[in-house]
Amino acid sequence: MLLRISDEDNVYVLLRNMAAGTVLQLGEQETAYETGLELGHKIAARDIAAGEKIIKYGAPIGSATRDIRAGEHVHVHNIKSDYLPTYTLDSITD
Amino acid sequence: MAAKAEFPGYLRQDGRKGIRNTILVVYLVECAHHVAREIVYPYRKQGVHLIGFSGCYPNQYAFDMMERFCTHPNTGGALLVSLGCESFDRRGLAETIAGSGRPVETLVIQERGGTLSTVEQGQAWLGETLAGLEESTPRVTMAVDELVVGAICGGSDATSGITANPAIGRCFDLLVENRARAIFEEGGELIGCERIMAERAVTPELGEEILATMEKTAHYYTTMGHGSFAVGNADGGLSTVEEKSMGAYAKSGSSPISGLIKPGDVPPSGGLYLLDIVPDGGARFGFPNINDNAEIAELIACGAHMTLFSTGRGSVVGSAISPVIKVCANPDTFRRMAGDMDVDAGRILEGRGTLDEVGEEIFSLVLEVAGGAPTKSESLGHQEFVLTYKSFEPIGPACLPV
Repeated sequence: MLLRISDEDNVYVLLRNMAAGTVLQLGEQETAYETGLELGHKIAARDIAAGEKIIKYGAPIGSATRDIRAGEHVHVHNIKSDYLPTYTLDSITD
Repeated sequence: MAAKAEFPGYLRQDGRKGIRNTILVVYLVECAHHVAREIVYPYRKQGVHLIGFSGCYPNQYAFDMMERFCTHPNTGGALLVSLGCESFDRRGLAETIAGSGRPVETLVIQERGGTLSTVEQGQAWLGETLAGLEESTPRVTMAVDELVVGAICGGSDATSGITANPAIGRCFDLLVENRARAIFEEGGELIGCERIMAERAVTPELGEEILATMEKTAHYYTTMGHGSFAVGNADGGLSTVEEKSMGAYAKSGSSPISGLIKPGDVPPSGGLYLLDIVPDGGARFGFPNINDNAEIAELIACGAHMTLFSTGRGSVVGSAISPVIKVCANPDTFRRMAGDMDVDAGRILEGRGTLDEVGEEIFSLVLEVAGGAPTKSESLGHQEFVLTYKSFEPIGPACLPV
């Protein structure tokens, strides 16, 4: 269900859609997901501190904008590009 | 996986060989678009494709690209449709096409009695030309090492970088192994990958050229204030442009990078090439490529006989001139849109195949399509085409070391 693409990665990739209410056990950490997540989305493989690089494919894909707990959904709400800002429809009204 | 496969091709006067024998109807300004479209309509399923350039102001890049399309190995002839007062050099283009041994006709709407009369004359020319086309085009045998194949991703999601793109990468490795020419692009979707790409260059000087190109690219997109990242990418789980880049980069496979080319440059020999699509001379004409089809057109201008298109969200586009093979990264998308997809790469996520197997399937499909088998988008009549204003400097000697 979870894929770590490269050994150095600090995020997993979801290989299947995950329904709302799912509880995932990652090591000692148990996380309950209030909303569903689609396959392809990322989940923190360990605690990640604000400012730390997010590693996927063994390469940095951005930085954490706040502390992220192991098991948490990792996406535009808690990481940002080190190159160009990410444009979402939500950002139009921000 | 060595391929001995041979397939029938169309021989052109310049020695290049095509896998299709398409007649192009070309509008030379938006004002001639409707007339050109009407001319094509009854012939749209008979190998007649509509392409064109909307602008009225002259542009060297657009002219050069149009020459490449009209003398592309898959092109068998062209009908130029001009309003009459636009700036496009219709005589120069017609001379180039005639010089390449292809049938060509120019219809100037203002001199041909307007819309209805021009449509009639255009359709009459198409009827005559199509009737004699197969007979007048010499047939030859073609082999894998004569193929030029492009790769692009569009409508990406987070599955693209795990399934379809690395599978296309495996196919690219097989193509390069068989001395075909494989082209991947583009800088804006490779931001963050510049160092690892430069290290794969066959010479240090080419590596420097790649770094310089990527710096130009990052600067260009920063000026525009928006990278190559669409809303759907984030919905699909991609968070940043560099995450999308790492996934897109997997399309290139693992072969050394033999050269850096710009739109219209045909790779000189077998190998892997990076196509730089970002204009030179600063951000003057807007976004480098306004959508996926502008990129497919530039791959075709580099001689691509076909394009491998990886999609996670589910793009449906095809292209004029050269067929598009749709490799679907996401198994849910494949189930929803199977009629548009040629390859189910998302099955890797469900344990129904490996990257190597899907890579070999794409490679086999490339050979079948080269032999004449239509792709899904081709059968559905997709013939999207986009050409906009740009400007490029020629590539330097370090870009093609071999």
